Amino acid sequence: MIKNTARYIKSLFLLELIKGLRLTGRYLFKRKITVQYPEEKTPQSQRFRGLHALRRYENGEERCIACKLCEAVCPAVAITIESEEREDGSRRTTLYDIDLSKCIYCGFCEESCPVDAIVETRIFEYHGEKRSDLIMTKEMLLEIGDQAEEQIAKDRAEDAPYR
Amino acid sequence: MPEIRNMTMNFGPQHPAAHGVLRLVLELDGEVIERADPHIGLLHRGTEKLAEYKPYNQSIGYMDRLDYVSMMCNEHAYVMAIEKLMGITPPIRAQYIRVMFSEITRVLNHLMWLGTHALDVGAMTMFLYCFREREDLMDCYEAVSGTRMHATYFRPGGVYRDLPDAMPFYEVSKWHNEKEVKNMNEERQGSLLDFIEAFTDKFPTCIDEYETLLTDNRIWKQRTVDIAVVSPKRALQLGFTGPMLRGSGIEWDLRKKQPYEVYHKVDFDIPVGTNGDCYDRYLVRVEEMRQSNHIIKQCIDWLRENPGPVILDDHKVTPPKREEMKGDMESLIHHFKLFTEGYCVPEGEVYAAVEHPKGEFGIYLISDGANKPYRVKIRAAGFAHLSAMDEMVRGHMLSDVVTVIGTQDIVFGEIDR
Repeated sequence: MIKNTARYIKSLFLLELIKGLRLTGRYLFKRKITVQYPEEKTPQSQRFRGLHALRRYENGEERCIACKLCEAVCPAVAITIESEEREDGSRRTTLYDIDLSKCIYCGFCEESCPVDAIVETRIFEYHGEKRSDLIMTKEMLLEIGDQAEEQIAKDRAEDAPYR
Repeated sequence: MPEIRNMTMNFGPQHPAAHGVLRLVLELDGEVIERADPHIGLLHRGTEKLAEYKPYNQSIGYMDRLDYVSMMCNEHAYVMAIEKLMGITPPIRAQYIRVMFSEITRVLNHLMWLGTHALDVGAMTMFLYCFREREDLMDCYEAVSGTRMHATYFRPGGVYRDLPDAMPFYEVSKWHNEKEVKNMNEERQGSLLDFIEAFTDKFPTCIDEYETLLTDNRIWKQRTVDIAVVSPKRALQLGFTGPMLRGSGIEWDLRKKQPYEVYHKVDFDIPVGTNGDCYDRYLVRVEEMRQSNHIIKQCIDWLRENPGPVILDDHKVTPPKREEMKGDMESLIHHFKLFTEGYCVPEGEVYAAVEHPKGEFGIYLISDGANKPYRVKIRAAGFAHLSAMDEMVRGHMLSDVVTVIGTQDIVFGEIDR
């Protein structure tokens, strides 16, 4: 009897709805957690796997030796490599294309690379207006590598003990 | 007298409440559902067939994309199947990491489910609150694997890398001054484990908030109580697993009934519903989040005290460390061999199942002794649940279809594969 009356009163005065309103009301006056994206960014891990880049050694020589391990391991078959022997006898790529519209960003290319040439950088804001814009050629990849080298080297060094 | 004919209507595949690409052909008598006919296959990517053409490890990334809100659990079943067939056991630390991340994934999945289910039913706030907590867990994903969703983190023989000892920080911007940023970074001062622990400490309060908004709410109850009741017997006949089965009152959980990894060492309970309606399934899932939180805590405690290897040292299966690979010829050969040919799995067939957030997720694998699987069959929990759609919505109103889709926790990545 008392239980029923209590339930009736609770139901009549919309108690559970008021409780909910109180909760949302409290949040109305709390500090917002929103991150104002383009100007402000969320923290990014040093393991982040974004846009690819090809790295160079300090003397400016490109690292990639065209072993084609990344081409073999790529689950999405997004990498195409052609190689040729240079005049000085070293083996280098003549073609290194990554099709970003195929890539699944699994990170296997970076994992497999024995000379740390192909890496996945922290860059995640890029776009293409045509499909052909999403095919990264060797020159483009090297340029990204040159621009972001400092960050890339720092991240690899930090993560080295874990790999 | 004019004849009254039923109306046939398409629900989806572009309907926002259809959770992806579900096309339901509904036969309506007024506003009452006479028949519901789910059409699937709009997200078919041929994952099973693709896996037949790739060395074993290369398909791990595709497993993430099956049920794309519980990524690591899919990987888990796949790597477990390979391990079972090869007869290898990952190091104990790797098992704890896997269990911890499986539970983080479960929380992620249930938060996504709760947010969208409530949004479909009409509670907008829930969606925002749930995504706030998801953000922290996504950061955990990013910290270990480098991606916020498609991790490719589990490997046969362990996990790729150990948990990091530092978390990235927020930076000062024109929107947040130094003091605010300091507050935001407070939880990020220590290692990833500290970060997860801070999350587990605050998460029960968050669940209480969700429950304040929903559990007693009369609108929520009107929309979910006694909707789509499935009896325990019928739930078994329909092949339900996971929260759908437990909501009907059957205590079945693979983590308890056939423990894998270290689930037999952690303490948790199986929540069970009584009526088998949408409301009970909601309660079961909310309680599962609390239990997962409890499991994560136990894993953190163990992981803190027991450092060690996270992947097997058997270079026929797992690649050597980078440092070894660069200095030692034999390791380099192993490295090249593993990343080109992969490894061969002994002939045979195996079925490995995990308690996925949606139910039993299994991988049936046949190997003919090559470096690629002969056949991979994916047992997706959602498929059996969706098959019961007709039975569950028949006789209900049109708006209840949305509730039922929500309660089934349907994700098309795994149903269509």
